[in-house]
Amino acid sequence: MPDISSDRSAATPPPRTSVWLGFVAFAAVIFAQTFSILTSPADRDMGHLQKIMYVHVPAAWMTFLAFLVVFVYSMRYLWKQNENDDLLAASAAEVGAVFNGLTLMLGMIWGRPAWGVWWVWDARLTSTLVLFLIFVGYLALRAFVDDSVQRAKWSAAVGAIGAINVPIVYMSVKWWRTLHQPQSSPGTLDPAYTLGLRLNAIALLLVLIYFIRKRYEIARLERAIEDFAQAAAMGGK
Amino acid sequence: MSLRDDWRRTRAIAMKDLTTEIRAKAGFNGVASLAVTILILLGLALGPDAAALRNAAVGAVWLATLFSGVLAFNRSFQVELESGALEPLLLYPGPRWPIFAGKLLGNLIFVGLMVLIVMLVGIVLFGITVPDTWPELLAVVALGVVGLVVLGTFYASMSSRSRAREVLLPLLLFPMLVPVLLAATTASKALLGADLMHEAGAWIRLLIGFDTLFLVATFLAFEHVIEA
Repeated sequence: MPDISSDRSAATPPPRTSVWLGFVAFAAVIFAQTFSILTSPADRDMGHLQKIMYVHVPAAWMTFLAFLVVFVYSMRYLWKQNENDDLLAASAAEVGAVFNGLTLMLGMIWGRPAWGVWWVWDARLTSTLVLFLIFVGYLALRAFVDDSVQRAKWSAAVGAIGAINVPIVYMSVKWWRTLHQPQSSPGTLDPAYTLGLRLNAIALLLVLIYFIRKRYEIARLERAIEDFAQAAAMGGK
Repeated sequence: MSLRDDWRRTRAIAMKDLTTEIRAKAGFNGVASLAVTILILLGLALGPDAAALRNAAVGAVWLATLFSGVLAFNRSFQVELESGALEPLLLYPGPRWPIFAGKLLGNLIFVGLMVLIVMLVGIVLFGITVPDTWPELLAVVALGVVGLVVLGTFYASMSSRSRAREVLLPLLLFPMLVPVLLAATTASKALLGADLMHEAGAWIRLLIGFDTLFLVATFLAFEHVIEA
């Protein structure tokens, strides 16, 4: 008998995300923030402005991680045509857009006192902004297409092709003009700051996983309702 | 022999699109007039200082091309959608990529002609002296147009069938075209200024890489996109 369950999300019940994961994630954020703010000394040049790094830098990492998830699950959808992969990619895109926006906002709030300007057209800033616009395009496409199979196929193509472009955008803007302090990673930091940064990265990773899972769960429920409504309209149920 | 059949299909679709355009004329005339209008408005917004205008000329020409090119892409699928001709087209035997290739070819000619007009008007309005390196400049323009048309045609194959297609296509397309815009404008500026830094070569290589990569990617993805 042919397997027809793969493209019907209602065939398997949606997963339940544990509330505990949420509690743990947000407790981890509170702990990591408190720890890093209390233990890190004021920066020689930037003073306490440096503390913004503890959200800004991990949020930027999570943005790219989320986009990687979009890319992987978009490719998987094109390969296997399993609707759940599409829903997961979409969930990651939404969460990624939130982290992306957070990265940009915090970067600007930091840049104003540190560089004297809200914005510079440097490679990393500009490509993060372009990445945000690609996310927005992806989410707009999903909002404007009603048929679920069409939406899944199209957004998978847009997600995969958009992700391929990210390194090219970065490279082209870098050639065009560059002005940014070397990327913050535990390697470039004074040891007094590294533990805080790592803890915050782990905390935000938990938040990322929780958000994507929760969004995915909701997306599955929405699909189940759509399927049910369709079946009811056809007089099936 | 099958590759030859595919080429015949490609050519047939491109010829059909171009014939429709030539008979109607309104489409091309409208889009080209819009491009020229945008160019004039940019000139008014950025002028009247002649030196400032000359500096902004390259950016203005490329932006006018981008903004009016977007209208051409949705149009190219619109003809089929309005008459319900896309389904029969998909039902013909053989692979689907010649449909994309045909649309691509038609749009290349359409946008290529439009760019020629925009460039000529730009040269006149913005007081550009045509440099000795004009063949390289034409190569940059051609490569930029290929990048624009490849992604534009691909995204239009989806956006033209969605709600709010006028908004969706630029929203999807423009962020993707950032490398093309940067490469084409920087290389054109360098070539207009005699390319003293020899930087045009690197940008041309980037354009070639971009065009090749997305040509392959969109051909691979089109099969999935068109049947949905």
